[in-house]
Amino acid sequence: MSPSVAETRDPQIAPLRIAPRESGEHRTEAQRDIVIKLEDVSCYYGSFRAVRNVDLDIAGREITALIGPSGCGKSTLLRTINRMNDLVPVFRLEGQILLDGQPLYAPRVDPVEVRRRVGMVFQKPNPFPKSIYDNVAFGARVNGYRGNMNELVEQSLRRAALWDEVKDKLRQSGMSLSGGQQQRLCIARAIATEPEIILMDEPCSALDPRATLQIEELMFNLKRDYTIVIVTHNMQQAARASDVTAFMTMGADRAGYVVEVGPTAQLFTNPREQLTEDYVSGRFG
Amino acid sequence: MRTVSNEMTAARRPLTRRVPASERLIEVLLFLAAAVGVVTTIGIVLVLLAQALDFFREVSPIAFLTGTVWSASIEPLQFGIIPLVVGTLDIAVIALVVAIPFGLLAAVYLAEYASMRTRNVVKPVLETIAGIPTIVLGFFALNFVTPRLLKPLFGSDIGTFNVLSAGIVVGLLITPLIASLSEDALRAVPRGLREGAFAMGATKWEVVRKVAFPAALSGIMASIILAMSRAMGETMAVVLAAGMNPQLSLDPRQSVETMTAFIVQISTGDTPQNSIQFKSLFAVALVLFSITLMLNLISNRIVARFRNRYS
Amino acid sequence: MSATPASPAAAGEALFDPRLARRKLTGTIFLGACLAAIAVLLIALILLLMDVLTKGVPYLDLDFLTGVPSRIPARAGILPALVGSIEIALIVGLLAFPIGIAAAIYLTEYARDTFLTRLLRTNISNLAGVPSIIYGIFGLAVFVRALQLGYSLLAGALTLALLILPVVIIASMEALRAVPDSQREGAYALGATRWQMIRGAILPSSASGVMTGIILAMSRAIGETAPLILVGAVTFVTFLPTPLEGGYTVLPIQVYQWATRPQQDFQAIAAATIIVVLVLMLLLNLLALVVRARLSRHISW
Repeated sequence: MSPSVAETRDPQIAPLRIAPRESGEHRTEAQRDIVIKLEDVSCYYGSFRAVRNVDLDIAGREITALIGPSGCGKSTLLRTINRMNDLVPVFRLEGQILLDGQPLYAPRVDPVEVRRRVGMVFQKPNPFPKSIYDNVAFGARVNGYRGNMNELVEQSLRRAALWDEVKDKLRQSGMSLSGGQQQRLCIARAIATEPEIILMDEPCSALDPRATLQIEELMFNLKRDYTIVIVTHNMQQAARASDVTAFMTMGADRAGYVVEVGPTAQLFTNPREQLTEDYVSGRFG
Repeated sequence: MRTVSNEMTAARRPLTRRVPASERLIEVLLFLAAAVGVVTTIGIVLVLLAQALDFFREVSPIAFLTGTVWSASIEPLQFGIIPLVVGTLDIAVIALVVAIPFGLLAAVYLAEYASMRTRNVVKPVLETIAGIPTIVLGFFALNFVTPRLLKPLFGSDIGTFNVLSAGIVVGLLITPLIASLSEDALRAVPRGLREGAFAMGATKWEVVRKVAFPAALSGIMASIILAMSRAMGETMAVVLAAGMNPQLSLDPRQSVETMTAFIVQISTGDTPQNSIQFKSLFAVALVLFSITLMLNLISNRIVARFRNRYS
Repeated sequence: MSATPASPAAAGEALFDPRLARRKLTGTIFLGACLAAIAVLLIALILLLMDVLTKGVPYLDLDFLTGVPSRIPARAGILPALVGSIEIALIVGLLAFPIGIAAAIYLTEYARDTFLTRLLRTNISNLAGVPSIIYGIFGLAVFVRALQLGYSLLAGALTLALLILPVVIIASMEALRAVPDSQREGAYALGATRWQMIRGAILPSSASGVMTGIILAMSRAIGETAPLILVGAVTFVTFLPTPLEGGYTVLPIQVYQWATRPQQDFQAIAAATIIVVLVLMLLLNLLALVVRARLSRHISW
């Protein structure tokens, strides 16, 4: 069984955050506000269990990383948070996910509304073949935004650190940008729906190192206003960029489960589980 | 520093939201559009059956299906469909004899040998041929194929309206069909199969003949069956080229009448709509529809089984 | 067995008789056959066009295009047929386009993969293979008789619209399927409903393929003859047709009427009419190319 965050956090040992981020933020346990709670979550595709018994708390205004070898269900788990798995007809979830205390998978919950509040950025940038402006405005428009669109677009692009590069060519096609710019465009359009949470599914794996660094820097800034959950293959990235890391792996029954969760620095330098130690030191994965 | 934008504040809005009625309405409308297809099929079957049954009240179906004399306008009226079916088959067979070698050779070339440049020339040519209105092909048969190609060959033995010219132009019509479907079938054969043969020292032609072609055979067969169905359903080209003489004859130099030509003949004539001749139109159409439908279904089955093998 | 060979390969060598030169020659011969086949097809196309052009061009002048049919070939014109063809093509396009794209959207985006859906899809592809004359018979029974539209241009247009509908649906489905799923996911992740996703992310991206499909289908409708004969397009019309009244003709039917007359002059004006038909189809095909180029400018999946 994967230990939940609440159980492992021993108040005596680590009351303060370890390895403060460059922005100088220190947060106490009391300051951590849990926005997403996964309680005993298991994911099924038909009769195949892809993820089992996950308990995970995700705190607001932090970056939580999910790491682990490929195929262990990290993406599946990530997608439960914005109900993207619903697009697969045979998908089924057991357990409960709470968003701000409200259950996400309650019968009357509308996935469309969930997805407005929980944004997602994908592995391969997927801008629409529309203008940059229309890309950013798309989410806002479908959700009935009635404010000043120009302002919203500019603001979203600024927050995605893309404004200066595209402000003179907003009418150009979003697909004419470079890979890194396209990904920032995707982040901008996700931000435009004013989500609380941004999910990122290996957002840098299709980008070159320079673009990757830009995205990581962007994530630091975004953290001030948004909660970020990122799935990444790249351990160094998780170590650099995240506050909390959850390590998942695949069990003998081919179901993924969370081995260990903890503050990033601690997980990488002094993990509790042997399996975690093996993974972060490169012995498998 | 997050801007508070009025309606969209993420704050504690409930997660439930009604699916707007317009979404449901749109889905219903789209479904109705898709249902037009089913309605059409059912409609065609019903119309043909109903009217044909009306015909069969006066003419026995057995006599209809097995009779060898078709005389719809001249007394004594006889409605044996065999001459029409044979006429249709005659032309279809000749068309296939023309189209299969040309189509397959073209397909092999396009799939195995052609460079990008040649493809960009050959494919448009094939598509143009496929796009020629069939009445133009009939005109071509009447004005060129018969007088300039066939008459010099056969002299006065061949009539102005003859099966051979109809078969040739219909063959031209269906060649692109065989070519493009067979090309697809050849391309669907996995590279690994070919590379294995090359690695053993086979020449390019041998790889095509002994590996690619046999592997693509079901796709090729399916294309031929589809082409045959198309040839049998062809109307205007055969009307102009083969005329409307419903004699039971296997001589390609003669004029015959196909099922489709008969349907045209009756509807352009002065035949009153409740006469037995007019009703025979529907019975003939029913037979034509059944044959082409059966061929199409067989072709689909073969394609489905073929696709499963390589997916 | 030869005396101790130097190596297994050397021993093997003696057992093979590759005859490489001859095998390669066979290959070359067949390649030649392929090229010859293609040449023959090309020549056939050229012969056909030459035949039509040489017979028809002398009769192709402004009087021909603006005149009405006449019993005297030299004075005959095709204006009613031309107007009829254009009218029918427009109505057919207006009918087949919305229904076709709507059906395609349903079949690709909404329908779950059930037996019923597969049946719908097979049904569409079977309809595409039904001979055109059968559609004419259906049109006769349903539009002309049952719906009492009589032998009107509208009945003809409805019949042709049904004829090309399966083709439009199939082409549109292909265009919709060509849009990668990542686009759909991106739209859903932003909180779009299914229709918002389709309208905002899928339709604009597939517009090129869809429009091309309908234009090409219209081009095909212009060349159709048999179904219209069945629903009563007549062959001698000297007035300009209107959709609801009876008595109309289209260019292919005019060709049919003249081509069945033995006199050479009639054959010639039939050829001239054919040229007009082919020109119209060519224009539509060029339009389709232009549309495809413009609408798929920024699309690169």
